[in-house]
Amino acid sequence: MPPSTGPGASGGSSYAHRLVRPEALTGYFLISPAVFLMTVLLAYPFVLAVWISLTNRVLGEPGRFVGLENFLKLLQDPLFRQTVWNSFVYTISTVFLKMLLGIILALLLNQEMPCRNLVRGALLLPWIVPTSLSVLTWLWMFDSLFSVVNYLLLGVGIISRKIPWLGDPFWAMVSVVIVNTWRGLPFFAISFLAGLMTIPKELYEAAETDGARGMRQFWSITLPLLQPVIAVVVLFSTIWTFADFQIVYILTHGGPINATQIFATMAYDVALVAGRIGEGSAISLFLFPALLVVIVLMLRYLRRE
Amino acid sequence: MLRKRFRLLRRLVGLYLPLAAFLFFALFPFYWMAISSFKANPELYNLRLNRLWIHQPTLEQFRELFAKTAILRWLWNSFFVSALTSVISMSFGIMAGYALARLRFPGAQAFGLATFITYLVPTTLIFIPLASVVQRLGLSNSIWSLVVTYPTFLIPFCTWMLIAYFKSIPKDMEECAMIDGCSRIGAMVRIVLPMAIPGVIFSAMFSFTLSWNEFVYALTFISDTTQKTMSVAVPTELIRGDAYFWGELMAASLLGSVPVAILYSFFMEYFVSGLTAGALKG
Repeated sequence: MPPSTGPGASGGSSYAHRLVRPEALTGYFLISPAVFLMTVLLAYPFVLAVWISLTNRVLGEPGRFVGLENFLKLLQDPLFRQTVWNSFVYTISTVFLKMLLGIILALLLNQEMPCRNLVRGALLLPWIVPTSLSVLTWLWMFDSLFSVVNYLLLGVGIISRKIPWLGDPFWAMVSVVIVNTWRGLPFFAISFLAGLMTIPKELYEAAETDGARGMRQFWSITLPLLQPVIAVVVLFSTIWTFADFQIVYILTHGGPINATQIFATMAYDVALVAGRIGEGSAISLFLFPALLVVIVLMLRYLRRE
Repeated sequence: MLRKRFRLLRRLVGLYLPLAAFLFFALFPFYWMAISSFKANPELYNLRLNRLWIHQPTLEQFRELFAKTAILRWLWNSFFVSALTSVISMSFGIMAGYALARLRFPGAQAFGLATFITYLVPTTLIFIPLASVVQRLGLSNSIWSLVVTYPTFLIPFCTWMLIAYFKSIPKDMEECAMIDGCSRIGAMVRIVLPMAIPGVIFSAMFSFTLSWNEFVYALTFISDTTQKTMSVAVPTELIRGDAYFWGELMAASLLGSVPVAILYSFFMEYFVSGLTAGALKG
């Protein structure tokens, strides 16, 4: 049986005819398990999330339709406004740090050095190990009495007084930003490294003969050619950081006095701890516009490439 | 001579020192995790000793852990869920990835777009309604709730990784096989799959790691001690009230981290090349 591919093969046939072609049937058969699972456990829950957010459901009771009340109430709520602010601070500062440090680290890793693979592997470790367990280690490192971070900083003489890492609103935000950067940096660095490796060496040689060196090469060759990878990685990371949960949940649980409360931790507290499921769903859904923006930008970007 | 020294200095400032700083930042928490788990409590909480070293190494924290908690059970749960979900997701991902890479059918593009979008959907967006779906399926408080839900984020990942791998394999060979009477599925299993082994290993390993590390669903769906996985059991079961038993916590964290670290050290070559390939295609 010749494979019936190519637009010519199905040129004159009707839509229904194309649907039952053997190739199409095989295609539907192959994607059916994925489609089934994703419909039942992704698309349906999403519709359900929208529905629940329009009700005043609490734990154990179905609740009734209340329209946009949950959303309107949240927009008035100072705690929620702080959560929105915190989420932006958290996302923008960590993505910026990861991008900046990621470029520097990728440039370092792209040079010749002994044990290169070992070094690359070691640097990936924070990204591989279960986040909840490594964040527990950070919690211990930031302990108010026994903080080894303070021990190191005091020992080297960078600070003269202990920093109240998790006990102070400002430092708590700094702490979660540090830990998120620590965890996400390897992904940025390795992706950028992959991008760097595709830049042809001849470009640098040509620049060299034209007398362009060092920083000039970086700004005119490296950065423009790395830009597509940077854009994709930044978009990916933005949505994941915006929706992040475990780092904040384990390190500060949103505290002190909600200084590090972000969307996902607040949704968890409201829906599953306080039992106000309708309101909690509404908080989660505020992640959706961010997701939508990222998807649109990403598709536009990938299409242009 | 002077020139050689200058070059060495440049290399030191331009490469080795900053790289050492990055390595210290990346690895110190693991060092701290490891040394904390081999110290007895009196030493762990003694601020007068040099805290960066172990003075009297002991396995006491591990003994306590095995004697008092269900840690073996949690490790087994993590292993069971991760292995099973990666096999499931891998199989469905191979099927869907092959269909998208090779076959033309109405709706293929829409499906490709849908998997891409679901790959981006964060678990925290739908964990609340998913909890009630899981409950209605009768799976609350059981590791089966995780076996069922983890493929939702693993399949899109595997599918996207494998599309790229399948596309890089020339079409001629499977077409020859099909002319010789092999079916489409037969050609996929016998010809294309063996050639995509690096991609398959990378995706399977990565799925295993993602499952092993997953936190939000496991925290939401399961409250029964014996059904928890490592990533959730350690922070929820070992912190009792306000009391933090740091020695035990670090010992348990070490036990939960070592399996993925070992897995990954065996397959590091695949891993780094898979990641870089993925980034290029992404």
